[in-house]
Amino acid sequence: MTDSKKIPEEPRQDEQQSGIDTGPGQSPKAGTRKSGPGETGGVTEMERRQFLKIGLAITGVFAGGTLLSAASVIDNVFASEDDYAEKYPYRPHYSMLIRQSNCIDCERCLEACKRTNHVPEYGYRTQILKKDYPESSGRTVEFIPVLCNQCNNPPCVRACPTRATYKDETNGIIRMDNSKCIGCKTCMSACPYNARYFNEETMAVDKCNFCYDTRLSRGEALTACAEACPAGARIFGDLSDPGSEVYRQVHDIEKAVWVLRPETGAKPNVFYTKG
Amino acid sequence: MAHEISSEAAGAQVYGEQLAGIDQAIRKTTYWVALLGMAILFVVGVAAGIHAKSIGSLHAFNATREVPWGILISTYVYLVVVADGVCLVSSIGHVFGRKDFVPLASRSVFLAVATLLGGFFVIFFDIENPFRMAIYNVISPNLTSAIWWMGTLYGALMFFMGVEFVFLLKGKHKLATAAGFLGVIAGVAALSNLGAVFGSLDGRDFWYGPFMPIFFIASAMMSGAAAIIFFTLLAYKLSNRKMEPAMKRALEVTAKVGILLIVTTLFFTLWKLIIGLTGGEAKTLALRSLLSGHYAVNFWILEITVGMVIPLVLLVLSKGRSLWLMAVAATLMMFGIFFMRYDMVIVGQTVPVQFQLGVSEYAGLISYAPSTHEILISLGGIGLAGLIFLAGEKIFKGHKSETH
Repeated sequence: MTDSKKIPEEPRQDEQQSGIDTGPGQSPKAGTRKSGPGETGGVTEMERRQFLKIGLAITGVFAGGTLLSAASVIDNVFASEDDYAEKYPYRPHYSMLIRQSNCIDCERCLEACKRTNHVPEYGYRTQILKKDYPESSGRTVEFIPVLCNQCNNPPCVRACPTRATYKDETNGIIRMDNSKCIGCKTCMSACPYNARYFNEETMAVDKCNFCYDTRLSRGEALTACAEACPAGARIFGDLSDPGSEVYRQVHDIEKAVWVLRPETGAKPNVFYTKG
Repeated sequence: MAHEISSEAAGAQVYGEQLAGIDQAIRKTTYWVALLGMAILFVVGVAAGIHAKSIGSLHAFNATREVPWGILISTYVYLVVVADGVCLVSSIGHVFGRKDFVPLASRSVFLAVATLLGGFFVIFFDIENPFRMAIYNVISPNLTSAIWWMGTLYGALMFFMGVEFVFLLKGKHKLATAAGFLGVIAGVAALSNLGAVFGSLDGRDFWYGPFMPIFFIASAMMSGAAAIIFFTLLAYKLSNRKMEPAMKRALEVTAKVGILLIVTTLFFTLWKLIIGLTGGEAKTLALRSLLSGHYAVNFWILEITVGMVIPLVLLVLSKGRSLWLMAVAATLMMFGIFFMRYDMVIVGQTVPVQFQLGVSEYAGLISYAPSTHEILISLGGIGLAGLIFLAGEKIFKGHKSETH
């Protein structure tokens, strides 16, 4: 890490340019107040959404991910809005919303994950990253939980030579067939989220699978990390179910929601928000 | 008087024969020492590889979660790209009919097989479950995976080169040409696809894009020209054969190809830098570590100066005729290009994928330095390639068939 000194510690330039206060609990005020039918004054819902999208496109990159309205989240996740309008590709469509400002770095999620999924000491399926804001007037540090983004266009699945890693056709989870893994580590190079490591116990690459084998397939509703979180930082649920909390939050037009590294086109299913 | 002169002449002749005998003995000894050296490298590499497998890559290798591809991958790339380049450069003669290049055919095809096997040796120990690979590459192929194509296409190249060599040995030139042609197709596909192994990873800015496949073709032919000159001169040096005019001519044209491809590769490298530096911070981070950071010595001294600029000057000065200058140029290239591959593989992974998130964990470049196991296995692969090549010189009697 000899070169680490060369990297400036201040916030990224693009953030500064965006001029957005990235403090906790803040949402952009680009005219996003929900209004009743009487208050729209002839502006249709579609026009309002379009306006919103333009506004958010201008504000640009927000806290390391692209800032998305509910409408543009859809663009980033699905091939087109039509696909979305008709149906979600997976049922249940497992997804996680990270409420980043809620995370207090207690690491109970990390412990629960290791315990539940027998993650060895040298590896991890999920991590909590720390971001400093030395000049912030409020909190000067923020914790960002990260895990496999269970992408809809997964670079790891494309790169795996033997289809040892694959996207579950039912629920969209990126899973591993350990017996097919040759250990070439191309998936690790391909992953834009550093979500994979080589597990010497199973002699296969290991990754978060939303606790599919250890919990979901056994009738549990939540992943170990989501259940362990005392602060509600990890909202896990079915994005295709309008009754689920993850659906409501991701589709709340007043909420700023983003994904990490949208430029790779991986179309992740882990969303981020504050508050 | 006449008697005295003839006895003097006879004495000189005896003396000359003695000298020649000593010279021959030295060359023979040098050959066996070289063969033994390569065998030792290979055996030590095998031992290191088996030991690494027994203790696990976590302990034996310095490749990590963030830098999953270390020197083993770069050495593999180095060796198979040399093989591929040798195949392509020599094919100008034995496939595409340029007579000047024809004397290179047999040795080059054999050299390509030797370096391919060296590369396969290294990746065998890099891959955690090589035996699973043999099974699931066949019964569970993923056609969107560049790595799957890499295994398949290099396998095909190996097959066609092997077949071509057998046909060359048996003097069946039409069949050899046909196998060689298929080899060229497999070779170009394999090389450009190897570029795509890196170029298709859209999460890695340093690699991503169509540049890699194109760059690989040019730089591979450059390394192929260097390898042909290096190994041909080495073979003649060790066997004390007088070089046939046809072979001299073949090396002369190979040197010209070398000059052209060094210039091409330098040109590509220059534009990679100029365009690359116009990107944002994360995109230029890797390039800047090459230009002025941790990898600057590797880049400027080894890759650019030793690997390309000095050899370019020497090859131009040699006019393709000064074998001594060409030997030095080719040796420097073989050395410098190794670091070109190393830099390409390692620097591509030094920028953390989450760099732009701005978190303290991924604020700087990730470092990597090879472990002893990794270095020994890499040398083992080079040793195996050298061992097979040298043994081939003996077994196939200096690949004489083509030069007659």
